[in-house]
Amino acid sequence: MVDSTSMKEKEEAHWAKTSRLMFTHLAVWFFFGFIIHMFVVPLNKITIPILGFPLGFYMAAQGSLIVFVVMLFMFAKQQDKIDREFGFAEED
Amino acid sequence: MATKSAGGSDFLNNLGRVYGIYTGGFLAFVVLLAVLEQVGVPNKVLGYLFVFFTLAVYAIIGVLSRTAQVSEYYVAGRSVPALYNGMATGADWMSAASFVGMAGTLFLLGYDGLAWVLGWTGGFVLVSILIGPYLRKFGAYTVPDFLAFRYGGNFARGLGVLVLVACSFTYVTAQIYGTGLIASRFLGMPFELAVFAGLVGILVCSMLGGMRAVTWTQVAQYIVLIIAYLTPIVILSTKKYGFPIPELTYGQAIADITAREQQMLAAGLASVAALKPHIQPFLSYSPLNFFAIILCMMVGTASLPHILMRYFTTPSVREARQSVAWSLLFIFLLYFSAPAYAAFSKLEVYTNIIGRDLTAIRPWLFNWGELGLIQICGKNAANIDAIVAACKAIAGHPGVVRLQDFVINTDVIVLSTPEIAGLPYVISGLVAAGGLAAALSTADGLLLAIANALSHDVYYKMIDPGAPTARRLVIARVLLLMVAVVAAATAATKPGDILAMVGWAFSLAMAGNFPALVMGVWWKRTTATGAVCGIIAGFGLCLFYLVTTRYFPGAGVKYFGMTSLINPLTGAPLVDIAKAMALPNAMESFPTLAHPMANKVGWFDLNNIACGLLGTPLGFAVIYVVSLLGKEPSKEMQAYVDDIRKPRGRTVLEEKTT
Repeated sequence: MVDSTSMKEKEEAHWAKTSRLMFTHLAVWFFFGFIIHMFVVPLNKITIPILGFPLGFYMAAQGSLIVFVVMLFMFAKQQDKIDREFGFAEED
Repeated sequence: MATKSAGGSDFLNNLGRVYGIYTGGFLAFVVLLAVLEQVGVPNKVLGYLFVFFTLAVYAIIGVLSRTAQVSEYYVAGRSVPALYNGMATGADWMSAASFVGMAGTLFLLGYDGLAWVLGWTGGFVLVSILIGPYLRKFGAYTVPDFLAFRYGGNFARGLGVLVLVACSFTYVTAQIYGTGLIASRFLGMPFELAVFAGLVGILVCSMLGGMRAVTWTQVAQYIVLIIAYLTPIVILSTKKYGFPIPELTYGQAIADITAREQQMLAAGLASVAALKPHIQPFLSYSPLNFFAIILCMMVGTASLPHILMRYFTTPSVREARQSVAWSLLFIFLLYFSAPAYAAFSKLEVYTNIIGRDLTAIRPWLFNWGELGLIQICGKNAANIDAIVAACKAIAGHPGVVRLQDFVINTDVIVLSTPEIAGLPYVISGLVAAGGLAAALSTADGLLLAIANALSHDVYYKMIDPGAPTARRLVIARVLLLMVAVVAAATAATKPGDILAMVGWAFSLAMAGNFPALVMGVWWKRTTATGAVCGIIAGFGLCLFYLVTTRYFPGAGVKYFGMTSLINPLTGAPLVDIAKAMALPNAMESFPTLAHPMANKVGWFDLNNIACGLLGTPLGFAVIYVVSLLGKEPSKEMQAYVDDIRKPRGRTVLEEKTT
């Protein structure tokens, strides 16, 4: 028989880990979506070598976007790992 | 397309091959047209061939994917692999505004335009982390399905449908408007006719096969639109900088633009007022509005029903998450190229138009001048004589084009790049086909979202829960047709606010859906009453702010303490409220955009596009407070929420499918 209290505990631990992952990613999202662009004026004084972009402009035009894409692939992997750890993942 | 067997498992197992052959076929078709052009086939014929060939392919896919099964019609049988769902979402997401308008916005606004690039990409992070996969596990057909289940029935469902229709209908009207614009420009059809021709293109994709047909045409449309968007700019970059990745080479163009800006100021070719340095921030939007637009577009993305429902079609929760990542990758390919378009065009305009003698203007410009899309010295730049005459009329004009003499419509930037690069007409035709694909695919997704909400949520769930499958599908198709015709009829009247309305859709979706969806998954204690009150309060406030600032600005000032928005550059108010309130038309309702206060008043200097910034926090607060005041949701409901949070196991909602 499945022990319902241990199931409950497992669910809670799983959700705690999931929430932590959510907050981590939200923090990264907030940093690259907003915070970094607040410093566009000083960042524009830096020029990326070879390519010639001012850094502040580059972050809004490409840098943050690349971070978002990479983040999403990482998130899919990390969340799946958490689900597997607790046995809540779908069968492959 | 011979290998395509109507979406059966044969088809699903061979997706790579089918779309590989399709892509090869499309490229061969482009080459064929290029050859035809060389042997002297007129441009107009090439334009028609492009449009009709691509439309025919979409129609064939639409017909082959017809279905009589409810789950196929609403969620493509939940069998779309992550990668392909990502492509379909990319096409669903990128509208005519992204394809044709985005680069133009960046051209005009410089750095400030990047608010849209950021806003329309970063939202997918929220989709994946907060909402999408959980709704997939829940097993809904539509977003209102989830609201109804979680928040106690049909009242919440009705609110969900209301929000959905409010944000999707204006959006779809803008897409149909976009198809009309592209078809009329390239095929020379009258605009009204082109709108209804575009409508036929949209309907053949979605009528027979619902979500399944829309999915597989959207994949095909994504391939066309991304090839069309990248080809001209890759060639241009290779020609100019000897390197075929424009996203890397345009850094040089930006440095050149910045140098040229100083030069133009020094030479008296640009007035300080007319020149907006390309990389300097906060010239068009105040910092508050810049970040408010980013936030509203991002959160709006995560709340738009036609995007969320795409993730209902994947085979598993795991694939739903991967699919969001693929979606953003495919969207990123276009969005990180748009600033390159803007930079290359701007450099061309600044070096080859501004500062030139009026008689030595490059001829590509006259094609667009004839259509009224480029003006020099206040007159359409149709030919050299016209602009020389127009500039002569200006006292003290130096005889060379100055920045302040030059006005360009934002749509021209993408459409004219092939000509600027001196490419053959076939590339222009390709771009038109791409623009059309972008508009059609988005319109398909939106129409389906609206029609599904009406047929599934309103008809089946609220009016006649006993309806047999056959009747449900007939009703779904009839409603799809009706919504499409109403949207096309609205688009044919060329409503003035159409483009602004797309921005509004994001704020409305954000204020109406986001708090209820997020709290429904992430806080078990959220009660039905709390959610319903939150939706009404958040959506209501957002709608109130939009409608008042746009349609009743006088009343907004008089009764609600609104003040003028601020010019971000000078810090001065946009309108002198005291003077404007003294005018006889001050209290006019539903004024045109020419009204001195329309769209120019508000609270806290907040642009009305970003009204979600007011509604969403209110929505969260109301849900929180009202939920705490009420009784905890039942044990069963809390168990359901636990179920949604675990990918393993059956979906919470089991739909009757036969």
